Amino acid sequence: MSQNSLVMELRSPPHVRQALTTPVIMANVVYAMLPICAFAVFSYGASALLLLMTCTAACVLTEHVIAKASGNPTPIGDYSAAVTGILLALTLPPGFPLWMGALGGVVSIVLGKTLFGGLGCNVFNPALVGRAFLQASFPVAITTWTPPYMDGRFVQGIPSSFTLPFLEPISVVQFVEDSGIDGFTGATPLAAQLFEQQPTSLADLFFGTTAGSLGETSALIILICGIYLAARGMMNWRIPAAIFASIFLVGGFFYTLNPDVNPNPFFMLLSGGLMLGAVFMASDLVASPTSPFGMWVYGVLIGAVTYIIRMYGGLPEGIMYAILLANAASPLIDQLTQPRTYGSRLRSKAA
Amino acid sequence: MAKVKANMGKASGAARTGDASALNGSAPLSHWLRREGSTFRGGVHPPEHKELTADKPIRRFPFANEFILPLAQHAGAPSEPVVREGQDVVRGEPLARPAGFVSVPIHSPATGRVSRIGLERVGTGAMGQAIVLRPYHGASQDVLYGAPLDIEALSPDALIQAVQNTGVVGLGGAAFPTHVKMKIPEGKAVDTIILNGCECEPYLTTDHRVMLEQIDSMLDGARIIQRAMGAERIIIGIESNKPDAIKALREAIPSDRPVTVEAVGTKYPQGAEKMLIAALLGREVPSGGLPVDCGVGVFNVATVAQIGELLPRQQGLIERVVTVTGPGVKRPGNYLMALGTPLRFVLEKVGLHEKVAEIIFGGPMMGPAVSSLDVPVTKGITGIVVLTENEVSTRDHPIYPCIRCSRCVEACPVHLNPSELGLLGRKGRYEEMVDDFHLMDCFECGSCTYVCPSNIPLVQYFRVAKGLVRERRSAK
Repeated sequence: MSQNSLVMELRSPPHVRQALTTPVIMANVVYAMLPICAFAVFSYGASALLLLMTCTAACVLTEHVIAKASGNPTPIGDYSAAVTGILLALTLPPGFPLWMGALGGVVSIVLGKTLFGGLGCNVFNPALVGRAFLQASFPVAITTWTPPYMDGRFVQGIPSSFTLPFLEPISVVQFVEDSGIDGFTGATPLAAQLFEQQPTSLADLFFGTTAGSLGETSALIILICGIYLAARGMMNWRIPAAIFASIFLVGGFFYTLNPDVNPNPFFMLLSGGLMLGAVFMASDLVASPTSPFGMWVYGVLIGAVTYIIRMYGGLPEGIMYAILLANAASPLIDQLTQPRTYGSRLRSKAA
Repeated sequence: MAKVKANMGKASGAARTGDASALNGSAPLSHWLRREGSTFRGGVHPPEHKELTADKPIRRFPFANEFILPLAQHAGAPSEPVVREGQDVVRGEPLARPAGFVSVPIHSPATGRVSRIGLERVGTGAMGQAIVLRPYHGASQDVLYGAPLDIEALSPDALIQAVQNTGVVGLGGAAFPTHVKMKIPEGKAVDTIILNGCECEPYLTTDHRVMLEQIDSMLDGARIIQRAMGAERIIIGIESNKPDAIKALREAIPSDRPVTVEAVGTKYPQGAEKMLIAALLGREVPSGGLPVDCGVGVFNVATVAQIGELLPRQQGLIERVVTVTGPGVKRPGNYLMALGTPLRFVLEKVGLHEKVAEIIFGGPMMGPAVSSLDVPVTKGITGIVVLTENEVSTRDHPIYPCIRCSRCVEACPVHLNPSELGLLGRKGRYEEMVDDFHLMDCFECGSCTYVCPSNIPLVQYFRVAKGLVRERRSAK
């Protein structure tokens, strides 16, 4: 027996670890978003693909350059920048100018992430910081929609995508008319409902045959991808569940009060960016609470604020600001919802 | 060994791809679907690896040429030697006497001669006072007994004294003198005795085999403890992954005894006494308190079996069952080992494979790594686990920032917030950890560190913080 050559390590217990690592979690979030990306490319064609690639590349590059400039090892191997880039692209309309998308990616990483100290330190979901910046800077471009399933979408991009930096985006009205689609108003189902009282069928919303941002149209695909992540324990199911329950109950309450004015709660659930936001953005691990009860509070807050912005705000969509607001509140929520520790219960009688 | 190798391959594959089977440590949806037996909230499911030794009956391990008996192999005051160098001793004879109430005697594991009393490598490799014994090869090795005791005639205090005389300490790993736990403080009462047969640490099968092979001793021991503490009932709590032990015990218990066997969920750290009390009785031990504060006494099954075997004939504890296992061991098994057997001798007998990375006393979740092969097997050692590079490779992942994924929050059996504690610990804000985040309730089970995807050594931060705060506060 070769006892003389025995080399023993000395480490503190536990000596075994679960195999899951942070990059694996992040990579799986990317995998979970791929079907949504594929459906976006299928619906909107080459422009969608280019926008996804541009945003992701901008995020990853920014992260890399900043790390190098500050003399740190590059963190792009942890996939978190890629998650931010893809998420950002999925919240943008298909014909969104690519240079604006790239700018949004840079802002997401710089303002949303590295300024706070990088992965694990961000207060807000970085992709939403980028989107909020774009919403404020380019309010027209970010609300200009094109219909899905246009002929020749795979070979020909939407012209506004290729707007040169700092120039007015090319109008898509003519382009849409040329494609032979009649009566397209450029309104998303949510805007159509809220501003024109024009309902969209729930089936269209569920399967994603409506106009909208890249990743928000098909509730079905988002749900399937979300269930994958939750089943693998890489996303906390409580947060989306709380948001769904909250907006459904709040929406249902107002719907029963006055069904003529207030939309059906199912519509509230399936329309706009709610599904995407609830499953992939609100559940951002870093910017959400860690206590189980806190997650419910956080989700309910997002659902309620979304409803309020949608119904009483000037914007058709409220999920983005609702999540950002709840992100800001999450340290407070965490502080107030710490679970009761074992044995700290006050006992009235000593057994 | 082929089977083991296949398993190891699977584990390392999981390390690369994040295989779903390796992910059930935190509490995803699947957690809610696999409820079996009552349990506590939190905890993790590390791969059990008990199949290596679970079916191997207890076998007597060969005698070494030398036994090393540390004077401090139990929690409490070190024992005081009652023999001198060069003295001949008989197997079972006391070598050291207890130094006070929270202390126990040490008995000779073999007939032989005391060769030395002095500093030896003990524990996991540090130097400590020990009695070194050389057995006589020609001796019969008959054990020295005392006069038989009539259990039913003894008072509780006499029973507690008799338990101390046997030298039995907590054989589940804590090595806390058992008779001290049996002494109920003034003004308190115990209604339930729990026999802890959970053995939730991966790899270990000591208690499992004891529950199959030493049932009569266990029941005798339980009776002694019940009499001494005046409890109404005894519950034997066993994790549901040991159905054979549950069945064997249920069949063996006479119907007129107030003893029941309860299956509890298979989850680490189910064997922690606080978690077991929560699972079986729904009670909680008050923060900073002991089980007796909620009317319960918890004893490890192997400890109870030893009391049942040794006390009626006034014998001392001279051997214990040790699981020697792990992928690095050629002949894993459950061995009845003389206390004081040097680790080097154990490993030579069982044989080691290549690429040994680490040798652990106890289980891989809480057991310390051994730094010297010259240390002996002592009363608190439940197992010797030899891990190879395959099992420990995941620990070499870089440490990523905390992404607040809350896996640790869900895993913590006492419902602390390890994520927050870890951030504070890294910054050295120890007082805050204790005052605002209940750090002192942490019993260092390691569940948080086990699940952490960022590989943050959380429990190590907590150990450091607890130690420093305790030191600072005791200095005041």
